[in-house]
Amino acid sequence: MRQAIARAWASDFMWSFRHSPVAIVSFIVAMVLIMAAILAPFIAPHTPFDPGSLNLMNGFSSPMQPNQFTGEVFWLGTDDQGRDVFSTILYGMRISLFVGFAAVTFAMILGVTLGLIAGYAGGWVGTLIMRVADVQLTFPGILVAMLIFGIAKGFTPIHLRDQMAIWVLIFAIGLSEWVQFARVVRGATLVEKGKEYVQAARLCGRSGTAIMVRHILPNVLGPVLVIATISLALSIIAEATLSFLGVGAPPTKPSLGTLIRIGQGYLFSGEWWILLFPAATLLTLALAVNLLGDWLRDVLNPRLR
Amino acid sequence: MLAFTIKRTFQSFIVLLVVGLVAFSMFRFVGDPVDNMLGQERTGADIERLRGVLGLDQPFPVQYFKFLKGAVQGNFGVSYRQGRPVSEIISERLPATLELAAVSAILAVGIGFALGVFVAIRRDGWVAHTIMTVSLVGVSLPTFLIGILLIYLFSVELNWLPSFGRGEVVMVGEWRTGFLTKSGLQALILPSITLGLYQMTLIMRLVRSEMLEVLRQDYIRFARARGLRDRSVYFRHALKNTLIPVITVTGLQLGSIIAFAIITETVFQWPGVGLLFINSIQFVDIPVMAAYLMLVSVMFVAINLIVDLLYFAIDPRLHVGRSGGTG
Amino acid sequence: MNIKLMLMTTAIVAGTTGMAQAETLRWARAGDALTLDPHAQNEGPTSALAHQIMEPLLIRDMTGQIVPALATEWAPSPDDPNVWKFKLREGVTFHDGAEFDSEDVVFSFNRAMTPDSDYKELLASVKEVRADGKYGFEIVTDGPNPIMPSNLTNLFIMDKGWAEANNAVKVQDYEGGEDTHAARNANGTGPYVLVSREPDAKTVLKMNENYWGMGEFPMQVSEIIYTPIQNKATRVAALLSGQVDFIQDVPVQDLARVAGADGLQVITAPQNRVIFFGMNQGDDDLKSDDVDGANPFADVRVRQAVNMAINRDAIRTVVMRDQSIPAGVVMPPFVHGWTAELDAVPANDIDKAKSLMAEAGYGDGFSIRLDCPNDRYINDEAICQATVGMLAQIGVNVQLDAKPKAQHFPLINTLETDFYMLGWGVPTYDSEYIFNFLVHSKGEKYGSWNGTRFSNEELDASIQALASETDLEKRDNMIAEIWKVVQEEVLYIPIHHQVLNWGMSDKVGTVVDPGDAAKFKYFTMK
Repeated sequence: MRQAIARAWASDFMWSFRHSPVAIVSFIVAMVLIMAAILAPFIAPHTPFDPGSLNLMNGFSSPMQPNQFTGEVFWLGTDDQGRDVFSTILYGMRISLFVGFAAVTFAMILGVTLGLIAGYAGGWVGTLIMRVADVQLTFPGILVAMLIFGIAKGFTPIHLRDQMAIWVLIFAIGLSEWVQFARVVRGATLVEKGKEYVQAARLCGRSGTAIMVRHILPNVLGPVLVIATISLALSIIAEATLSFLGVGAPPTKPSLGTLIRIGQGYLFSGEWWILLFPAATLLTLALAVNLLGDWLRDVLNPRLR
Repeated sequence: MLAFTIKRTFQSFIVLLVVGLVAFSMFRFVGDPVDNMLGQERTGADIERLRGVLGLDQPFPVQYFKFLKGAVQGNFGVSYRQGRPVSEIISERLPATLELAAVSAILAVGIGFALGVFVAIRRDGWVAHTIMTVSLVGVSLPTFLIGILLIYLFSVELNWLPSFGRGEVVMVGEWRTGFLTKSGLQALILPSITLGLYQMTLIMRLVRSEMLEVLRQDYIRFARARGLRDRSVYFRHALKNTLIPVITVTGLQLGSIIAFAIITETVFQWPGVGLLFINSIQFVDIPVMAAYLMLVSVMFVAINLIVDLLYFAIDPRLHVGRSGGTG
Repeated sequence: MNIKLMLMTTAIVAGTTGMAQAETLRWARAGDALTLDPHAQNEGPTSALAHQIMEPLLIRDMTGQIVPALATEWAPSPDDPNVWKFKLREGVTFHDGAEFDSEDVVFSFNRAMTPDSDYKELLASVKEVRADGKYGFEIVTDGPNPIMPSNLTNLFIMDKGWAEANNAVKVQDYEGGEDTHAARNANGTGPYVLVSREPDAKTVLKMNENYWGMGEFPMQVSEIIYTPIQNKATRVAALLSGQVDFIQDVPVQDLARVAGADGLQVITAPQNRVIFFGMNQGDDDLKSDDVDGANPFADVRVRQAVNMAINRDAIRTVVMRDQSIPAGVVMPPFVHGWTAELDAVPANDIDKAKSLMAEAGYGDGFSIRLDCPNDRYINDEAICQATVGMLAQIGVNVQLDAKPKAQHFPLINTLETDFYMLGWGVPTYDSEYIFNFLVHSKGEKYGSWNGTRFSNEELDASIQALASETDLEKRDNMIAEIWKVVQEEVLYIPIHHQVLNWGMSDKVGTVVDPGDAAKFKYFTMK
């Protein structure tokens, strides 16, 4: 019975996907970018994160033009350190996507768990969780992330800071986005809790945890997926913004956001490629993910159909 | 109602204390203020002396308690960077931020609302689809980049609008306003677009989905069936019912506008509290950072409280939902 | 009261800008003055603004020469080598009309010597200051001090009566919780009068019609509107779009664009600041490396190898866009004691560097953390990044930790970094200043910026003796000897001398001040 429902849901889902050119294009674009990032070591012609392989004299080469000192040619030019922009974008996108996915996963696990507990247990536990969520919601993510970054940097031993920056970013961005998940899951849990099948499961002596995980969770996955998609785009942008404020990925291992931060300094000086290509990549990635999220929301929210 | 208000106010107060503690503990890690305050020629003895004067050599709880004691009396101490009372500096800078935030909010709500209604009514038209997609571009680029691109286009290339600052300002009492001069209004345009773009997209999408939902309701169908004209259906009935959720979300978003003002103010050299905060981070101006964070959290907590109380007043079901229904 | 006054003046300015347009100069730079109190902060933008409003006894003109300001003559006393005598300018008035005399000078010097003043170190050798009649002034030092005048060029004179009447006798007092009147207001003798000031936003100055130097200097700028603009791109945009007439600190990558724009020009000149790396060569073991029980930097051959591995020309060409002068010594070229031989750029020789590393027993290289500021010097982070790549070629694996200056500089002072970037300017234009802070063993009074853990008692004694050596030839020899040791030991790895880039409208005429302090009385306007 449940399998049948799942199949029907899936096919309905697929039907909608097949009939939405925007969704298809967005999906393909997002997949191509994600694959390119994962396969960066195989695709990229250079290894921009290995400082020993860089030649500073290659710096500021124009796209497709031989460098005036070394004669080397780079497809998309080089940045201020002589890094091949194309390779750096691939590696940078890896970092951005890693931060984005990890932050969303973290936010999702935290938000869904707390949302389930708040909805199912209720009482003072629920009130406390939702109170914290309210505060978090009014406190803007970017400020939360800056605060956490500041604190975490202080607690991290100096020699680990370079590696820690990424994890701190993940934690900070994730923490600023869990509320959306918690609110939606709590709301759905409250609805599901009153339904007969949950009552039945309870009467059968199932534990609260089992009911939450086995019965309620599958029913709230739809909205969670929508929020996750939109959060992914938000996280990638947030990482870029934090980079502008000086709390982003380290310059020797730049993310897309750090690349844009570096590139914006060369907007007036004619080295447009250092900004344009990373910015276009970020825009394409975020736009594709956002459009997918939009489509998902319309599909999974039957009330809007 | 009274009990609820007291309870919520008390909770808000606890939140403020926690925020203060978190903020204050952060300051130990953003750097050493003493180094900036003394010039290149300072000696080791100077550093020790100034640390003593500023109370930085005291244990953390003592420092926090001193800060709280001052904060309760509205005294946030003296800025390390400017050597002036923090409360004076903040009140001098706040009008700039509030004016910018207000204009952005009006822009975001006005345009966001209009576009949202439009794309809901014409939900399958190509114009509506285009608007929906293009609006996503605005949220798919970081704010600072949008600001810099606007400066490049409208200031450097076209030379239409100023790239920085507030233009000519006029004092109205204690309030330094940019609303009364032409250059002041011109200077507002680019920063407020930069700041408002994100909220505008958000509000537009929210209005669209709320409106679509309302349009599906039975009473709208009845109204249509009774032969009411579209215009009357959309604006008399549908829009009215979209308002409450939209206003709530917009209220909560005010906090984001204040926070994102940090970035916009940095890009446009807008002399508000956001820029002040960034400057004080660079200089490790602890009293200013602390006061800014407290101010912002008071605003957030107040907004939250007001929204909650309004909800409570409007919707009696909430009362049941909160204390009885969850048990 | 104050605010009303400001409101009035703002309104007046708003009404008159149309008329005074031709001589108004709109000036922008990255940072604002921190305070108007002339003794509270010894820092670039703060003294640059103060120079328009207030004056010291003597100043450096735009070419770096010491010229008379409020003192007309000065010389060591013929009777006592420990006394400097100054003759003060007569007939000078402060902006509020009060007369300038020796009482104001004595007051200002005493104020600058209080513990809260940022100038007390420059006056550390001063035992007493006293008036010698209405227009005479004497400084008594604890020993002969041949370079005293160089220490006084940023030491501004306040009006004693004004300070006493306005609760400004004390320099900034953080304990009190009150600002001194002098932090927000100024009453100087300088060429410009403060009209209004919003910190971090806008400061308006207008010409002082009663300035004593009216006939002596061009004085063609009649009004100055000063707006700090932090963000580089925004600052350049303001100049390119004609919203400001003059910016200091043009980012090097934008020089060509500014120079090529209609109606704009760029002028450049070497700055009084050298950029270099320091290494911990004194400790037995380093915390931030991967070598156990030994300190690679303790071996002079490793330091020589690092020195040779850095390609200063590449940094100059790519990172600095030709806007730097590769350096061989940690001393700007204006400084007394500088020679072309000392400043000869070390050859970039990777093979020799590798063999030196092998000789020192580090043929396989080692790993170390480099601490670097990212908001202090021109392209500081990019220079460090380039260094990471260059050192990788001799097997030194560098982890770069770039951070804001507020977090970077304390590491040097608390000796928590083993490899760091530092820049040094020499306001006194004399080698002694460099030795005192960078070469002398680190202690209470000396060596406060020496993060190398280098310590040489003989050298310390020689450095301390410089202060009171009146035989200038002998003193020069001592300076040369000290530099010889510094160079042989490869105490520091010099990178380059910074170059100042001023971008401005064609109508502005000036030269670049090596101290980066624009003094507008010297500016001409077309």
